[in-house]
Amino acid sequence: MEKTDKIRAGDVREASRLIRSIEDSVPEAKSAIKHIYPFTGKAQVIGITGSPGAGKSTLVDGLIECFRKTGKTVGVLAVDPTSPFTGGAILGDRIRMQRHAEDAGVFVRSLATRGALGGLSKAVGDAIHVMDAMGKDVILVETVGSGQQEVEIINHAHTVLVVLIPGMGDEIQAIKAGIMEIADVFVINKADREGSGKLQREIMAMLDMSPIPAGGWRPPIVKIGNAFDPAEFEKGLEELTTKILDHREYLINHNLLGDRIRRKRTHELNEALREAILEPVLNLLVSSGELDRMLDRLQKKEVDPYTLAEEVAKKHLTGCV
Amino acid sequence: MAKRKIRVMVAKPGLDGHDRGARVLARCFRDAGYEVIYTGCHQTPEQIAAAAIQEDVDMVGLSCLSGAHRYLFPAVKKLLVEKGADDIVVVGGGIIPDQDFQYLYDNGIKEIFTPGATLESIVKWVNENVKPRN
Ligand SMILES: Nc1nc2c(ncn2[C@@H]2O[C@H](COP(=O)(O)OP(=O)(O)O)[C@@H](O)[C@H]2O)c(=O)[nH]1
Ligand SMILES: [Mg+2]
Repeated sequence: MEKTDKIRAGDVREASRLIRSIEDSVPEAKSAIKHIYPFTGKAQVIGITGSPGAGKSTLVDGLIECFRKTGKTVGVLAVDPTSPFTGGAILGDRIRMQRHAEDAGVFVRSLATRGALGGLSKAVGDAIHVMDAMGKDVILVETVGSGQQEVEIINHAHTVLVVLIPGMGDEIQAIKAGIMEIADVFVINKADREGSGKLQREIMAMLDMSPIPAGGWRPPIVKIGNAFDPAEFEKGLEELTTKILDHREYLINHNLLGDRIRRKRTHELNEALREAILEPVLNLLVSSGELDRMLDRLQKKEVDPYTLAEEVAKKHLTGCV
Repeated sequence: MAKRKIRVMVAKPGLDGHDRGARVLARCFRDAGYEVIYTGCHQTPEQIAAAAIQEDVDMVGLSCLSGAHRYLFPAVKKLLVEKGADDIVVVGGGIIPDQDFQYLYDNGIKEIFTPGATLESIVKWVNENVKPRN
């Protein structure tokens, strides 16, 4: 059987290996993605973002349980940061989800950011395709949650959960970073803590002040109590899964799902164009020493960067400029 | 093409809950430039093997202080082999008496690190013996 057929049949080892090759930018990975691409687009992709320690991984673990109860299969992509100093990473999200390790209907894969900005890994889009082609019904994507520039997730998810906790003042941070605008559902985690009512009022006030988003969906706020109190946690999770499904239905009923998918496709195409056009040119400039010569000229103020870029375009993009 | 990165998993099978050593090792591997999946304490061999395959690691490092290493380490290796992942290197660490070494080697454990092993020597061993998959 072809590797890609195995993946479509749900083979975890092949799938995980392909994701690894995508992360490592192995050329064969791209041809495998070409093969599986026609079989993608069925999964519901849910993004989970929010500060480190907000309880995202714990929430993902709970969501896995909820979706499994309804018979859905689940893929998880959990992103943690790469150390800029050593290139290494500790990927620890999985700790909270290990009770599902042996469930064949659950596939959890950790990804390191490897220098990508935006709280995700460059491989995340294709990794979603892999899990989608495997037939996973729901794919949960947990971002790093460094609080800044985490908005990248909207390029990948149909529904975005923004997780906040009371008493951290982090709602303010989130507003600054533009996180609030991307929320389809707000989750107040650890809502047993003091200040959850205040946080809820603040979010509501913020929503009242914001312009009504295109499509008119007002993000609901779901409070989730202590994760260590199973009954309470479960109650919150059930409400959350209902809201997630409501959101999906709303997108479908208001002809908005297509817009989301188009946004995903736009991002995908942009990335592919960058890889196919910009990267080969940059590589050539580096290997031929041209880039260094250009930098020398720039440094001596003989020329400006725009002129240089135009020169490169004229030489390499014949027909366009 | 970017260079392949080494991915390892650090896991604690069995009942003892002392994961300080495992955490130190995880940080040390990160500082060596590896991607380290850390799965925490109280893992069954089944959970560890399943996670190692889902994560596509090159090596699994098992830490065990409870004395059950003679059962737990080979059990993980056996499950990996059964799942077609015989290429994943399994090493062990913890309080392991000398007389158990040969038994563990015979059961597919590639190397054993006792509490005296320096972090540098462990990283050196991994760099020499664990190659990221092609
Ligand atoms: N008190 C309390 N602690 C929680 C709750 N959910 C998660 N935690 C704890 O918060 C810490 C961070 O959780 P984690 O899920 O890893 O957060 P992440 O960094 O956002 O993925 C862990 O120690 C969890 O046990 C909760 O509902 N209540
Ligand atoms: Mg996490």
